[in-house]
Amino acid sequence: MKLTGARIFLECLKREGVDIVFGLPGGAVLPIYDALYDFPGLRHILVRQEAAAGHAAEGYSRTTGRVGVALVTSGPAATNLVTALQDAYMDSIPIVAFTGQVPTHLIGNDAFQEADNVGITRSCTKHNFLVKDGNDLAPMIKEAFYIAATGRPGPVHVDLPKDVLVKEWLFEYPEKVHLRSYNPTYEGHPGQIKKAAKSILRAKRPVLYVGGGAISSDASEEVQRLAELTQIPVTTTLMGLGAFPSEHPLSLEMLGMHGTYYANMAVHNSDCLIAVGARFDDRVTGKVELFAPQAEIIHIDIDPSSISKNIKVHIPIVGDARRVLTKLVEELEKEMREGVPSIVREARKQWAEQIADWRARFPLRYDWDDEVIKPQYVMQEISNLTRGEALIVTGVGQHQMWAAQYYRFKHPRAWCTSGGLGTMGYGLPTALGVQAAHPDRLVVNIDGDGSFVMNSQELATLYESRLPVKTVIINNGYHGMVRQWQEIIYKGRYCAVDVSSSPDFVKLAEAYGCVGIRATKPSEVVPALEKAFSTPGPVVVDMMVDREEDVFPMVPAGGANKDMILERPNKEVKAKAAKSQTGF
Amino acid sequence: MQNGSEPRKHTIAVLVENRFGVLSRVAGLFSARGYNIESLSVGETLDPTVSRMTLVVRGDEFVIEQVIKQLHKLIDVIKVTDLSEENHVEREMILVKVNAERTFRAEILRIADIFRAKVVDVTPVTYTLEATGEESKMTAIIELLRPFGIQELVRTGKVAIARGSKSRTRKVDEKLGKAREPAPPLKEPARDIGFED
Repeated sequence: MKLTGARIFLECLKREGVDIVFGLPGGAVLPIYDALYDFPGLRHILVRQEAAAGHAAEGYSRTTGRVGVALVTSGPAATNLVTALQDAYMDSIPIVAFTGQVPTHLIGNDAFQEADNVGITRSCTKHNFLVKDGNDLAPMIKEAFYIAATGRPGPVHVDLPKDVLVKEWLFEYPEKVHLRSYNPTYEGHPGQIKKAAKSILRAKRPVLYVGGGAISSDASEEVQRLAELTQIPVTTTLMGLGAFPSEHPLSLEMLGMHGTYYANMAVHNSDCLIAVGARFDDRVTGKVELFAPQAEIIHIDIDPSSISKNIKVHIPIVGDARRVLTKLVEELEKEMREGVPSIVREARKQWAEQIADWRARFPLRYDWDDEVIKPQYVMQEISNLTRGEALIVTGVGQHQMWAAQYYRFKHPRAWCTSGGLGTMGYGLPTALGVQAAHPDRLVVNIDGDGSFVMNSQELATLYESRLPVKTVIINNGYHGMVRQWQEIIYKGRYCAVDVSSSPDFVKLAEAYGCVGIRATKPSEVVPALEKAFSTPGPVVVDMMVDREEDVFPMVPAGGANKDMILERPNKEVKAKAAKSQTGF
Repeated sequence: MQNGSEPRKHTIAVLVENRFGVLSRVAGLFSARGYNIESLSVGETLDPTVSRMTLVVRGDEFVIEQVIKQLHKLIDVIKVTDLSEENHVEREMILVKVNAERTFRAEILRIADIFRAKVVDVTPVTYTLEATGEESKMTAIIELLRPFGIQELVRTGKVAIARGSKSRTRKVDEKLGKAREPAPPLKEPARDIGFED
């Protein structure tokens, strides 16, 4: 059957099970939009800036496990998309981004709205394709979806020159994908799994360190089973939040630069660290030489290059987290039937007591104030009112850390945040994508006043496409996280961080047709949230919080995790932190 | 990463899909991660859909381990081999245009003879020599010719092949030529994740 390239493109999307495309048309992709006009079964959501299309695809993907799709035109549209591609690349989110391109005979000619799209995205995608021949179009699209979703997931970029879209080609959708150069390993090596099981049963102070890979692999049930079988405390990374319920007695919550005291101390003192789908990122390890100094490290990851990249791993297991954990639990059950030596059981009891002691002495805390709203209080109330059942998206900064610390997570795939890249402006467009994927669920975008304005134009998309996202802006009038670093490390020399002058967020929301609500006192917080969650349609809540509240605990950059700062530091601690300026 | 062994030069052979942009991908990988490519040469293999790149990279064992793992991660890379870890043959070719005034023309020809280099161009004042061999031999020729005044020097970069009877290219065809079987399903019912494993 002969079809135009544009039509082939849509038919391929249909066969890949795509139901929503986030996009913004332009000259180079007009053929696709013309074919889309009467193409059934594909919903298109028009965003207002191309990066939003990429972030929306990410939000769609993170909360459904499916591949998100973005479609933008050539030139500036493709370059706008780069931030979202790099974000998906760092957090391993499967999306396929389609960009338009000038006709093949004009490539390299400095044509109108031309950019070297594939050249630019080569380093921020798992793979990219330039479709120069329409006979390659269907196979390349199938390969793109396959590459994005398999192995360690990631973004794939497909560049579509306009003449390929306009001409007619023979359409045959390939049955299978054959990539001889791409063979991810899913099953863990049985010998290594046995070794790991033995090591775990010998361990006196074990800790489970769970990352975003456990979410990608849908392994949260297996993680819980492993933890409960062996009674090992579990800490998650920022990306792994939701993989293990926050309220579970074995949960240590988040670890790392702004993790809890007890999580960091547990890891620091552990003798067996079981890493599942985590990559020992520098926000987690702090100074690498001082990270988990006494631990034998077991690392389960689907990406061999993540293993022994920063920290030496003693028992590496390459494979899919869910499959490996299933085998590991089987192996452990077998070994445990022989019994666990009493010396180990005694040591583990002491370990549990030690952790309980740390937790009792240094819980997450903040100082209450009757007149000024504390951002941590807002997080607690959002968690209470939603009972941990909402889909939470955040921007980047202090509010992101408070949300990670204080929200009580119950389920996986209900938390979207920009971890690896830390993209401000991530919140609103990603929430848009999450809401599009889950029209009947409550989606809350916890944003900062700095982050929000980077993509505030998407309020128009929320209004037009009827996406009732509830945004709560933690408004402290600063780029809070940068201000905190300037306070603690740069002796309070605030430079270029005050953003309090404008806008009026309530008026801004109303200008876009959304509902705006403001709260300035603690007593107004719950009523404002309740009103927001029960109002139909998109809502923006302007929570005017304490301007100079800091996120604690904090591990100064380049410091060891055990040297956490737990409260506003005095001069000496600040001087020590200032010395770590070269740390990052 | 902890201090490893001393940095050494490693010769790495990479088999890649002969597709648009592959060279740029590999070069980009190295520049993005700050690894230094000392030399690079590439050409088709027996199979026109497969190209072979020979890279010389300097680093300690942890750096090289990461280099090899990152290369494997690239979709177009079929196979990566660190030839420095086994017996192999290495060759490089150079073309040297050297000043050859009447007084020392004979001397230059003698040097060429010693190294079994060929004269490929002659002018009244220069000779252009072609030489092949291991890196140490190339360095030696260049150093011997330097006093005469080298006008221009072109090096190809190393190519290398493992010693012994096993072939790497053929193995690729046989082992990986078949369409990949999808990973076997789990015992539990499939969850509706929405994409093929």
